Amino acid sequence: MTGAGIIQGMLQTAKNFAGTFRSPQNYLTTVEYPEQRVPAKENARNFPFLVYDGEDPMDGLRCVACRICEKECPPQCIYIEKDKTKKPDFVGKLQFQPSAFDIDISVCMSCQICVEVCPFDAIQMDTEFELSQTDRFGGLLLDKRQLAKSNQYYRRIHPAEASAIDARRAIDVEKAKAKAAAKAQKQKSLTDKAIHPNR
Amino acid sequence: MIQKSSSIAGTSVAKPSYTIRKQNEPESEQPAEDLLEISMGPHHPSTHGVFQMNVALDGERVVRLKPVFGYLHRNHEKIAESVTYLASMPYTDRLDYFNSMANNWAYALAVETLAGVQPTERAEYIRVILAELTRLLNHTCLIGFLVMDMGALGTPLMYAFREREKILDLFESLSGSRMMCNYMRFGGCRCDLPGGWLQQAQKCIDDFPAFLDDYEQLLTGNEILKARTQQIGLLPSELAVNAGVSGPMLRASGVNYDLRKVDAYGVYDRFDFRVPLGEVGDVYDRYMIRMLEMRESLKILQQAMRQIPQGPVMNPKAKLRGFRPPAGEAYGRIEGPKGELGFYLISDGTPKPYRYRVRPPSLVNLTILEDMCLNHTVSDVVVILGSIDIVLGEVDR
Repeated sequence: MTGAGIIQGMLQTAKNFAGTFRSPQNYLTTVEYPEQRVPAKENARNFPFLVYDGEDPMDGLRCVACRICEKECPPQCIYIEKDKTKKPDFVGKLQFQPSAFDIDISVCMSCQICVEVCPFDAIQMDTEFELSQTDRFGGLLLDKRQLAKSNQYYRRIHPAEASAIDARRAIDVEKAKAKAAAKAQKQKSLTDKAIHPNR
Repeated sequence: MIQKSSSIAGTSVAKPSYTIRKQNEPESEQPAEDLLEISMGPHHPSTHGVFQMNVALDGERVVRLKPVFGYLHRNHEKIAESVTYLASMPYTDRLDYFNSMANNWAYALAVETLAGVQPTERAEYIRVILAELTRLLNHTCLIGFLVMDMGALGTPLMYAFREREKILDLFESLSGSRMMCNYMRFGGCRCDLPGGWLQQAQKCIDDFPAFLDDYEQLLTGNEILKARTQQIGLLPSELAVNAGVSGPMLRASGVNYDLRKVDAYGVYDRFDFRVPLGEVGDVYDRYMIRMLEMRESLKILQQAMRQIPQGPVMNPKAKLRGFRPPAGEAYGRIEGPKGELGFYLISDGTPKPYRYRVRPPSLVNLTILEDMCLNHTVSDVVVILGSIDIVLGEVDR
């Protein structure tokens, strides 16, 4: 019969229409955005930020200005300047630090490659997305003070990743301590030998 | 209808009834004053992006059609030659932004062939699952857009987008991004599946056939759809092969050529699935092929979900930083949702490719647009273009 297909299709539309009222969980996938929000996914990523440990954002920055992320960044939106003075890192080793670390997030394409190539777990992806600005150029060029966010914040937005990194760093600290202790031991035995050469 | 060119004997060279016209062929067949020239696009809702068609009409009949593209050109290939191999991976997401996972796989396959890196077993299965999910979301959305071009404003497309949303949620919880996934790496995948992901995907796959039944009930028997698509935009198999058409469009013309069967890349030789073929090669066949392919994809997905092994997702020999493949060349191709998607790379041993070339299925399938549109009306041109399944991000690169 001509028109049977159309009627069948309309029944289908009616079924969906009624279903939206009867069981919205199966038919509706959207939420009323500013009032309701979908919880952020564990792996969600938006723009990078710099992780710092401790209290002071500038002293605790994990970044050592090795510039690997700057080289690997596909759209070249990272700019780093190396500070000549060194500071001790979390295991006590002296490392460089950045005097300038800028990310132009109007260029950044959220690809996460800077995070993957960073050997120091210093740069991570944020989930913050409400970043609109009235200043088109200056407002979206973030410097290291705006980029620095605490490790507690990182633990809150990516709990699994952050705890894995914290565990790895704790092992590194243990190793460094053991190494330092061994070194001190060796030093001590050497000095002992120097004092008592006949022992 | 199609005359096979019988020039072998050298006696009579029958001119084939089809032509693949050159862009700048002099327009001498009919005086210009008889024809009405219409410029469709570049900003036209039927062109799926910024694409222009200069159509010459005799009455309502199309006698000439010139596609103009390049409005979205953004130098993808040259950029890729100036950055490292890894840094091109996020750019491939932006080629065909509906199918970033398939693009990732094709590029990773090319680089893996070049560098001789083998992905791990689990990574291969994850790739198959993601590629088939991508095919599902591409085909549902394509059908939504196609019927929107015919006047079914919104309703089927919104149903398609509802299902797409579920798949995009899966992609987001896996890769962190809904569309620009940037998930695959040379030698595997970036991270392992998060806990509960497989169960969530299983539910999505189990629910999908019911949606497909509803979708087919909504569309397939519809008389308006049949009237608008049957015998429209005929693509003879011979012309399809000569023009290098690939993917669902080629199979709708009745040519049995699916790279998942021909190349059996990845682990596709372990799955049992059929390749649906069309008979007539019109828009209706292209529509039906996609419907049937989604059912086959679901079969592959069910098998892959059952067989997926445990293990690492990344080959430990693969390097992320300082990746330098040996000098040489490689071509990696996969059966993308739109056709044969290939990446051709030449390496000179440095961290950057010497030559990088994409074989985009959308562009190659688009080249025969004029031959399909001749002698149809303008409203059919819109439908034919919709049935090719183009994404301008890939056509223009």
